[in-house]
Amino acid sequence: MMQTEEFQPRIVAFVCNWCTYIAADAAGVARARYSPNVRLIRTMCSGRVDPQFVLGAFEKGADGVLLCGCHPRDCHYSVGNYKALRRYKLLKKMLSQMGFEDDRFRLEWISASEAEKFRKVVEDMTERVRRLGPFKPNGSSTPNGGK
Amino acid sequence: MADKPKVAFYWCASCGGCEEAVVDLAEGILDVIAAVDIVFWPVALDFKVRDVKELPDESITVSFINGAVRLSEQEEMARLLRRKSKFVIAFGSCSHMGGVPGLANLWDRASIFAWYYHDAPSVAPGNVREPREHVRVPEGTLELPAFWDTVKTLDQVIDVDYYLPGCPPTPKLLADAVGVLLRGDLPPKGSVLAGTRALCHECPLNESKPEKLLLKDIRRVHLTKVDPEKCLLAQGLLCLGPVTRGGCEALCVKGNMPCTGCFGPTDEVRDQGAKGIAYVSSILDFDEEADIERALANVPDPVGTFYRYSLPRAYLMRTRKVMPHA
Repeated sequence: MMQTEEFQPRIVAFVCNWCTYIAADAAGVARARYSPNVRLIRTMCSGRVDPQFVLGAFEKGADGVLLCGCHPRDCHYSVGNYKALRRYKLLKKMLSQMGFEDDRFRLEWISASEAEKFRKVVEDMTERVRRLGPFKPNGSSTPNGGK
Repeated sequence: MADKPKVAFYWCASCGGCEEAVVDLAEGILDVIAAVDIVFWPVALDFKVRDVKELPDESITVSFINGAVRLSEQEEMARLLRRKSKFVIAFGSCSHMGGVPGLANLWDRASIFAWYYHDAPSVAPGNVREPREHVRVPEGTLELPAFWDTVKTLDQVIDVDYYLPGCPPTPKLLADAVGVLLRGDLPPKGSVLAGTRALCHECPLNESKPEKLLLKDIRRVHLTKVDPEKCLLAQGLLCLGPVTRGGCEALCVKGNMPCTGCFGPTDEVRDQGAKGIAYVSSILDFDEEADIERALANVPDPVGTFYRYSLPRAYLMRTRKVMPHA
């Protein structure tokens, strides 16, 4: 009865319509088992993902954010994934300046045929974020807010 | 005389530049004084808090409050002025978005006190003292305001009617705002009383901006000889004009300095820093990871670059973990 419940992280995954979304669908069709902690948000391209979406997800209670797009040179719109990569690099640099744990925000290239990779990434990320514990946006470092 | 609208000015966590902006109205201030009664302005006139407390509620037509909120006293004063005023205008970047003082949200009270009162090289050994909220002396107890971990914007503490952006707001914007209020020609509540489009639209260098702008290199302004005739972005300088609200008439660009974003983002944007990152990443002309990292090495301080005036207003308004002082 007194079992301590394992922390279930909430992970928001922004997935590209042309690759990772199909991979996730294929994983489902193949009945692959993976953690139910990930919430998929389909975008037309990883290049559509504004850094505001990522930070907004954290503010609204995500414990981790996964950004997935097509492999380099495979973008349906030819350059969207490179844009995503540059945004990821700069955002990541800024987040590390703000003391963000590295594992909370991750970029992966997952093609439409890589259902197994999708499964593995979700499993791995869930585990890593679980180890980090819940993300508390905007909390003070001292319990009384320094008051 | 008694019918003149009453106006108050107050400052919270700020540098005093906003007060200077009021003084910069120059002779224009005489017109303001002819039209209104200033009932509180600690920087310039000798009024006490008690004078404000004695006023009936909502008897001040408008209070201009500049500065971010970092001390308990600032919150108390903001609440008092809110109660006494019909309109409250957040005046300047600090009050609007947290401003430069808001960058202190990369630290907390303990680490700020540790550095400034103990570890900084300028602290003489043996002279270690820290401000305390209560100090007992023979005559009684002395009190100082509480210092918080987190710097807040004015609207995170009280209800704000309008925002006058800028570091500091220009005299023209201030005069326009006063005019609007005196005429009773009120914009919707919550409006930012400046431009609605990005700064580039009013920048004199906009015409020299190439049709398709791609950066091979990000250059830092103190290491660059600026060509005053050419779009600063096209010269590789990180000008935040494309993601910053207009209204200042490109003052900094006219002085060969790239825009640093003090007017905040346009109405459509929630998080200024995130938008800055989106835009710079979009025009960086590299696809390979190594090239991207090399180019980004010239953005050594992303928080200070993209959130220079707006960290407390960001989705994530403070650091997760306090880093050691540089």
